[in-house]
Amino acid sequence: MLNKIIPELNPAKIATSRRGFLLGASAVAGGLMVGMRAAPASAASDTAVEPANPLAGYIHIAPDNSVTILSSQFDMGQGPYHGLATLVVEELGADWSQIDVKGAAGNTKLYGNILWGGAVQGTGGSTSIATSFDRYRQAGAAAREMLIAAAADTWSVPASQVSVSGGKLTDTSGNSATFGDMAAKAAAMALPTEVKLKDPADWTQIGNEKLRRFDSAAKANGTHDFTIDVKLDGLLTAVVAHPPKFGAKVKSFDAAEALKVRGVTDVVEIPRGIAVVGEHMWAAIKGREALTVEWDEAQAETRGSAEIMAEYKAKAGEAQQATARTEGDAAAALSSAAKVIEATYEFPYLAHAAMEPLNAVARRNADGTLEVWGGHQIPDVYQGISAKIAGVKPEQVTMHVMKTGGGFGRRAVADGDVVAEAVSVARAIDYKAPVKVQWTREDDMRGGRYRPAYVHSFKAGLDKDNNLVAWHNHIVGQSIVSGTPFEGLIKDGVDGTSVEGASNIPYGIQNINVGLTTTDVKVPVLWWRAVGSTHTAYAVESFLDEVIAEIGADPYAYRMELLKDHPRHAAVLKLAADKAGWTTPAPEGRFRGLAVHESFSSVVAHIAEISMDNGTPIVHKVTVAVDCGIAVNPDTIKAQMEGGTGFGLGSILAEELTLVNGEVEQGNYDTYTPLRIDAMPQVDVHIVPSANKPTGVGEPGVPSIGPAVANAIAAAGGRRIRVLPMSKSMGT
Amino acid sequence: MAYNLNINGEQKSFDVDEDMPLLWVIRDVAGLTGTKFGCGLAQCGACTVHVDGVPTRSCQLQVSDAEGSTITTIEGVTGKVAETVQKVWADLDVPQCGYCQSGQVMAAVALLNETPKPTDEDINDALSGNLCRCATYQRIRAGIHEAAKRLEA
Repeated sequence: MLNKIIPELNPAKIATSRRGFLLGASAVAGGLMVGMRAAPASAASDTAVEPANPLAGYIHIAPDNSVTILSSQFDMGQGPYHGLATLVVEELGADWSQIDVKGAAGNTKLYGNILWGGAVQGTGGSTSIATSFDRYRQAGAAAREMLIAAAADTWSVPASQVSVSGGKLTDTSGNSATFGDMAAKAAAMALPTEVKLKDPADWTQIGNEKLRRFDSAAKANGTHDFTIDVKLDGLLTAVVAHPPKFGAKVKSFDAAEALKVRGVTDVVEIPRGIAVVGEHMWAAIKGREALTVEWDEAQAETRGSAEIMAEYKAKAGEAQQATARTEGDAAAALSSAAKVIEATYEFPYLAHAAMEPLNAVARRNADGTLEVWGGHQIPDVYQGISAKIAGVKPEQVTMHVMKTGGGFGRRAVADGDVVAEAVSVARAIDYKAPVKVQWTREDDMRGGRYRPAYVHSFKAGLDKDNNLVAWHNHIVGQSIVSGTPFEGLIKDGVDGTSVEGASNIPYGIQNINVGLTTTDVKVPVLWWRAVGSTHTAYAVESFLDEVIAEIGADPYAYRMELLKDHPRHAAVLKLAADKAGWTTPAPEGRFRGLAVHESFSSVVAHIAEISMDNGTPIVHKVTVAVDCGIAVNPDTIKAQMEGGTGFGLGSILAEELTLVNGEVEQGNYDTYTPLRIDAMPQVDVHIVPSANKPTGVGEPGVPSIGPAVANAIAAAGGRRIRVLPMSKSMGT
Repeated sequence: MAYNLNINGEQKSFDVDEDMPLLWVIRDVAGLTGTKFGCGLAQCGACTVHVDGVPTRSCQLQVSDAEGSTITTIEGVTGKVAETVQKVWADLDVPQCGYCQSGQVMAAVALLNETPKPTDEDINDALSGNLCRCATYQRIRAGIHEAAKRLEA
């Protein structure tokens, strides 16, 4: 049972498993890497074969005619619940008024992520629709067949006379039943050996631009429940005092004053710190303020981000540790180039800073079973971790996958951090009550797992005719997967998450060398919405723009020339350029910049239209084009491009997480500053029509807005912004 | 000590410390969890409620200062403006994760009560304190304009 042992997997074993990483392999073929993709694929062989009863595993139809779809994919806002429901409704013939979606867990065979080889259930890498496109359509179609068979049997008519529409079954002789009427009988019918999926020409739900998310109303009236809202009898709330420096440990603590705080019930040590448990959040917060903890910082990271960046910049000028891609001979081409252009780009640590601070709830029941509520992005892994802490078997642990107030990668961690804390605290108080561990904003901001800081150094060579003939890109920074169970993904010294988007640049350049130097820093790092592409897109697309400016060419025309062998990229860029009117002058005082980038198997282009106000860019209008294969939910895709644009824009304008003497400086949204409504541009989204299988949208809207804005600033006569965030160097 | 609060038209007594923020009284004691905790520092607006009709960060108002006021949370907000805003939010698919949207809706309703035809500038002024990490701002803006239009009709 692979899902049970994932947390304890020996990295060496992963790396040598028979089939390796399925997705790793496809990622190489596809020329990119995705965020959460570790899949020891040896288990894949026993995932797909066993037929599953769709009415047990994927779709519950209740006698009251409600239809609940059991989602393998966790919804942190990007809309996979609605996407999966769309696939089911299309094939099942249900009515939207019947539909609800619930997070499922605990059965890897049913819910394993197919893009990760099926060996673990998880959400990430913008794979939700891709992994579900066949699975949930087939589930809907099979369930429909079974409902028809049940009705045909009940009415003693041939199945061919039964039809399904709007959640009802009818036949030609006037019989009629709801799904609910037939649900029990249908679930016991033989599984269809083959199901025929609808012809795309007959789709009424997939691709329907007018379809709206089934869960929007609940989010507008406060009834949509998140982990923070879990209500259980006797529920206690805990906050945890974590070490102020990464790698430090508890030396000693004094709980006396904390225990005097009204409402505090317990103060307990857990592996990750000291937990203060109270009757409510305020008691726990006040109790923690009264707590005294002495920390052992012998093993702690004590460097600040300034020292870390200085070290990276020095390393960027030295020889690279590993080579991620080499074509031709970049070194020779650079030494014989008529002109060499050089630049260095710097990227800070970034916090996910999702609106719902991390949390999880744990309860042990009288029969010894455990229940854990949370934003379980990799529920199989968290089930194993929870079981180990509680000393029970994984199958005795029920994982309740809650909808979550943002995530952006933060809820997929190999050691299950806040989930482990909830179970640890429950155990430490002898399971006398269910416990919610709730991080404050400051805990969340200072709790680590950041987008790593990186430095990119570039050299480009032009020949005597001003042709771009050499490209060398050296990336310096921490590995996200090193030291985790996903370490086996590192190949020939290259963590793909460090170089994705840089090692697979689509441009036709004869001599390319992309290198990596991985650093050793104890600041915990993690995938952050769009992972490697959050820095590679900015670095590559900004530097390429510098090179094109040096050549004296048009940024659009020159890119199109370099994309001759990549028609998909070219088509996306062209659509954006056409819609933005690239070839016509920008309005007076406005300037445009563009960028195109592939991530998570989708291609996105951004064109930003800005003006400058005292040296600071104001982004007025953004045109986005996206090719994400078949557009299952066009309006959700548009929303993801709009939101991804805002998320990416905020990060390059003013987001930065800094450390001094190993301690994080920012604690809240006053000092760590995501985009607010007054800086949100108008975003127009255009989807490239496609008949290819769906690819990602949750992350691909993020990467290329940054360089588009940077390139627009340069077009406005401003300088090239090579140190992020822009707020550090703008307005002066 | 006991504090008498009027929340959503119901007068109730809460035996809590005087410095307890109204947010935690509403969520953890009254059990009204539509109002969210995001920052605890009046920086994100997820905890926005109406206090005597004024949009207020409940994380920064201590319970002892809330006595005698009329408090309305997302569960209790009613009337034509609120219903229109909530309907528009669904029609335009404003929310993504939805966590900040209780606060956004409360801020939008308060704005429209005060300013029935808000400009973009009015919207920026009224909602810049409401963070949305999913950056649904374009639809929030469109939603407020659309609600204003429907309310005028």
